[in-house]
Amino acid sequence: MKELDIEARTENLDEVMDFINEQLEVVDCPMKIQMQIDLAVEEIFVNIANYAYQPETGPATVRVEVQPDGSSVSITFIDHGVPYDPLAKADPDVTLSAEERSIGGLGIFLVKKNMDDVRYEYINGSNVLTIEKGLAR
Amino acid sequence: MNINKELNGNQLTLAIEGRIDTKTAPELELVLKDSLSGVQELVFDFEQVAYISSAGLRVLLVAQKQMNAKGKMKVINANEDLMEIFEITGFADILTIDSSGKGV
Repeated sequence: MKELDIEARTENLDEVMDFINEQLEVVDCPMKIQMQIDLAVEEIFVNIANYAYQPETGPATVRVEVQPDGSSVSITFIDHGVPYDPLAKADPDVTLSAEERSIGGLGIFLVKKNMDDVRYEYINGSNVLTIEKGLAR
Repeated sequence: MNINKELNGNQLTLAIEGRIDTKTAPELELVLKDSLSGVQELVFDFEQVAYISSAGLRVLLVAQKQMNAKGKMKVINANEDLMEIFEITGFADILTIDSSGKGV
């Protein structure tokens, strides 16, 4: 298990991505799955950066755990900001026309659609969001 | 991300290279804001794009809404991974996507 403690700011997204991708390189993750994981990580981290400590910033922890056999990865995001369960939000209606669509709400939806599992818990004053993804080709 | 602009009469083609994400989407939004005057057909060439996040999708949605009011817009050369993102999010129905290959 590897852990990164970082200030939750969008400017730090690259550092989070590099950290995650370093772990995925070890297991030779397929490109497509890496893109899906990148996408989920971006959406979640940017969400924390934009909302968890608004209008200030605060710390976040990103924890990566690759199964020893390389079959799957689990990534956990922890922040101590306002309690917020992104999974409680209704999915956007993807059948609406451009005019009817609002801008937003797509991020967490993309996370749910691209990951095998997404779990949220509020533990001891912390938002804990965990995503899981199989790494098989 | 690089944006190559090509204006042919009232048709503007934006050939994008790189990732359209939280960091780069605002640049694309700015270019669109400055470039759409008089444009009746907007073409996004995504041949060199391997990644788009919701920040990029938002910019595409804004562009589509603007172009609906005065012309048309299409996306060309999107790869399979991008197509999957467009399909999951319903953008495949909102956008005009020409996946028939090269050219406009």
